[in-house]
Amino acid sequence: MRFSADKTAQYVFLAIACSAIASLLLIAVFICKEGFPFILQYGPWRFLTSADWQPQENTYGVAAMIVASLCVTAGAMLIGAPLGVAGAIFLSEFVPKPVMRVIKPAIELLAGIPSVVYGFIGMMVLAPLIRNHLGGPGLCVLTAAMILGIMVLPTIISISVDAIGAVPNSYREGALALGATRWQAVRMVVLKAARSGIIASIILGMGRAVGETMAVIMVAGNTIRMPHSVLDPVRTLTANIAIEMSAATGLHRQALFATGVVLFVVIMILNSLAMAAMNRKGGR
Amino acid sequence: MRIPPRHTQTIAVGLLGAATLLTLAVLVFIIAFVLEKGLPVVTWTFLSSAPEDMGRAGGIFPMIVGSLLLPLLALALALPLGVGSAVYLCEYTRETRLTRVIRFGTDCLAGIPSIIFGLFGLVFFVEILHMGWSLLAGGLTLAIMILPTIIRTSEEALRSVPNAYREVSCSMGATRWETVRRVVLPNALPGIVTGVMLGLGRCISETAAVIFTAGTVAQMPTSAFDSVRTMAVHFYILAREGLSTENAYGTAAVLVLAVLLVNLTAYWSMHAFIRRRAR
Repeated sequence: MRFSADKTAQYVFLAIACSAIASLLLIAVFICKEGFPFILQYGPWRFLTSADWQPQENTYGVAAMIVASLCVTAGAMLIGAPLGVAGAIFLSEFVPKPVMRVIKPAIELLAGIPSVVYGFIGMMVLAPLIRNHLGGPGLCVLTAAMILGIMVLPTIISISVDAIGAVPNSYREGALALGATRWQAVRMVVLKAARSGIIASIILGMGRAVGETMAVIMVAGNTIRMPHSVLDPVRTLTANIAIEMSAATGLHRQALFATGVVLFVVIMILNSLAMAAMNRKGGR
Repeated sequence: MRIPPRHTQTIAVGLLGAATLLTLAVLVFIIAFVLEKGLPVVTWTFLSSAPEDMGRAGGIFPMIVGSLLLPLLALALALPLGVGSAVYLCEYTRETRLTRVIRFGTDCLAGIPSIIFGLFGLVFFVEILHMGWSLLAGGLTLAIMILPTIIRTSEEALRSVPNAYREVSCSMGATRWETVRRVVLPNALPGIVTGVMLGLGRCISETAAVIFTAGTVAQMPTSAFDSVRTMAVHFYILAREGLSTENAYGTAAVLVLAVLLVNLTAYWSMHAFIRRRAR
């Protein structure tokens, strides 16, 4: 009797453990079911390479938005990755342990601040600054990149700190014993050993930047056009879905789901890259 | 000319320190800015009255209720699933292909952006299952969204329970299920609480997934099938449509304070947990 209760518990837990993977499949299936037929019917090439998005005339091209998402994300990584990795190195190698134990959670609090609040601060503080000093409308690629660059900092710092912390102390001691300064030991030994974890943190940060929606809507300006400078307003893939979804019907709606499919694929590729980088570290 | 290593060290540490200070300064600035502009607006009337004139006047009471109910519902659904998954992964199986697939799925789910969860919730819960824009549809969507967080933190918590505890329990004749229920789970509880608080924080600050599943009706919900508006959604609408900058700051201040409180509780419970483990 007790034996069978134990067996039952095991099967119940197995079923529960499949909930995450089941949810993932469900999401993939339903997003594709709504969006994929449209891509096939409209033509994948035309959908992905045309920069013309005019739902009134049934023209749906997402190229401008793909470029916008790429520009904003690249900009965010240019700002967030060096700052984040530098912060992680400083916190784990050059700061006493008790200080780091206070500062790391404080930086992780940045991750808890709602994205709408970041967007609002970008809108109220950063956009006027950029408009007055650099020109342009203020709500533009640069503003969005700066806000996203700040938003990805907690992800990059906390994963990089863990990666650097996982490097055995004997590596540092070995380098120091050979007469290296602390910085040389960090640059030539510790960073080499922690490289895959740091790369994974950057890729995960990139995933967060690509997928961010509300903050980007508030600061990127939302004009559907190929950007020619960092001061041009743009609309990203995510922003387009969120802005038009509530009013869309029929083909327009399917086109938005198709945009979702493109986004889903991009994110899955980034996730797989990050996981591959992490696993390489684990395998060593 | 070669710069001596002693100097490159000084330069590098200076630059790294400056980057860290900049990050901290941004954090302090964001929180200080929101609180400084918002706190003067936050009065008892603001917290306890309904919004009037689309939110241009009045308070945020229904949104506070929405921001409580929706995350609680999501947690009520995600907690058993998340802890159950973690129990299976830690207590009932060794590393097999199946566990690797489950972990891969969990990691992928964690990386999906919230707008995709919103789209999925809209198609599946709101339309196919006919829930409409409702508390229930929003809660289910958020539950899936925070599932990976709960699984991951619960797994860490279960793994940190010493094996000796399990061995003692089993040697006294307990089955595995009894061991899990009476010995492992109670000892892992503080760690699980951390995951719960992190999930809660993520639900409270979520906007994109909520707006498409729970709707935006600014009224007190009377059933699970009523639409709710959370503080984050209310703040987004106020700020984006320029209805009232003042009330937007007020809502933002309450929102940030709530999230800070939840996250600090998470860290506090995690540290209490680590300290107890270290003994």
